[in-house]
Amino acid sequence: MKLHKILMAAGMLLASSVALATPATDELFARYKAEGAAGFDAARGDKSWHKESRGEDGKLMSCATCHGEDLSKEGHHHKTNKVIGPMAPSANKERFTDVKKIEKWFKRNCNDVLARECTAQEKGDYLKFLLGK
Amino acid sequence: MRTNFKTALLAAALLMSSGSALAEGNFWMWLVNFSRQKEVQPVDNKAYKDECGSCHFAYQPGLLPGKSWAKLLDEKALADHFGEDASLDKDTLKEIYDYTMANAAEKSYFKRSRKIALATEDGEAPLRITEVRYIKRTHHDIPEKMVKGNKDVKSQAYCNACHTKAEEGIFDEDTVDIPNFPKRD
Repeated sequence: MKLHKILMAAGMLLASSVALATPATDELFARYKAEGAAGFDAARGDKSWHKESRGEDGKLMSCATCHGEDLSKEGHHHKTNKVIGPMAPSANKERFTDVKKIEKWFKRNCNDVLARECTAQEKGDYLKFLLGK
Repeated sequence: MRTNFKTALLAAALLMSSGSALAEGNFWMWLVNFSRQKEVQPVDNKAYKDECGSCHFAYQPGLLPGKSWAKLLDEKALADHFGEDASLDKDTLKEIYDYTMANAAEKSYFKRSRKIALATEDGEAPLRITEVRYIKRTHHDIPEKMVKGNKDVKSQAYCNACHTKAEEGIFDEDTVDIPNFPKRD
């Protein structure tokens, strides 16, 4: 049956491209929606992840400044050089499993890189982007 | 009589051997402890280790006086922690605050902490580890090229760049290894 095979291939493709999710991120997506965000987009998250803005000391920085370009690898804090575990859930099982932790770092890091807190929409987009890594 | 003497010996031996395990948690333990702790009490609080240690070396509370910790671990101060947002939720902040207060330099019976506390002038509250008088004094003869000009050190604030046992609270000269420079005798 040709159709059967096509369906199976499509199913497998879907399964491999669908972003992982954790109970924590499910909870956060629901929360962000309740706060007014509408649909989350990994591509948009990717774009703002790499968008540079002036940090506190006047240097251009983005999320990638500390987290690095390859999210399956470790990053380094831009000032203290302290190792930051990989952001990709595929490389770091503990990522995105703790609601409090995720929110804590969004608050801190948005303030440090963007000099403001992130909107619910932005946070959802970032999560969508990162979950696919 | 003889048994009494034996019991006393045994008690003394027990005190001596348990001393190092119990360390100097208080004045009485300090008094009967025959293997006094020369260094700084290692961090033994999970929240402190996790929260402070995720961005930088988790400085032992015994490295700063309580007044310093009180200034650093304030909700507003943490939102701008040397230029970074390090804010914590209320419960975690309280736990960490209380932990540092109970183990600050002047509260510790560890020798190096005592020295830090003694060298601190009344009312002084250094916010940076590099502003602590005792630490300044013990590091003043180290040439700049070994610290600032050393790409693997950069600042004295990164204790563990050279102090190989800093995480264990040991800062003894014998444990120092400055990257890119031969070990000094």
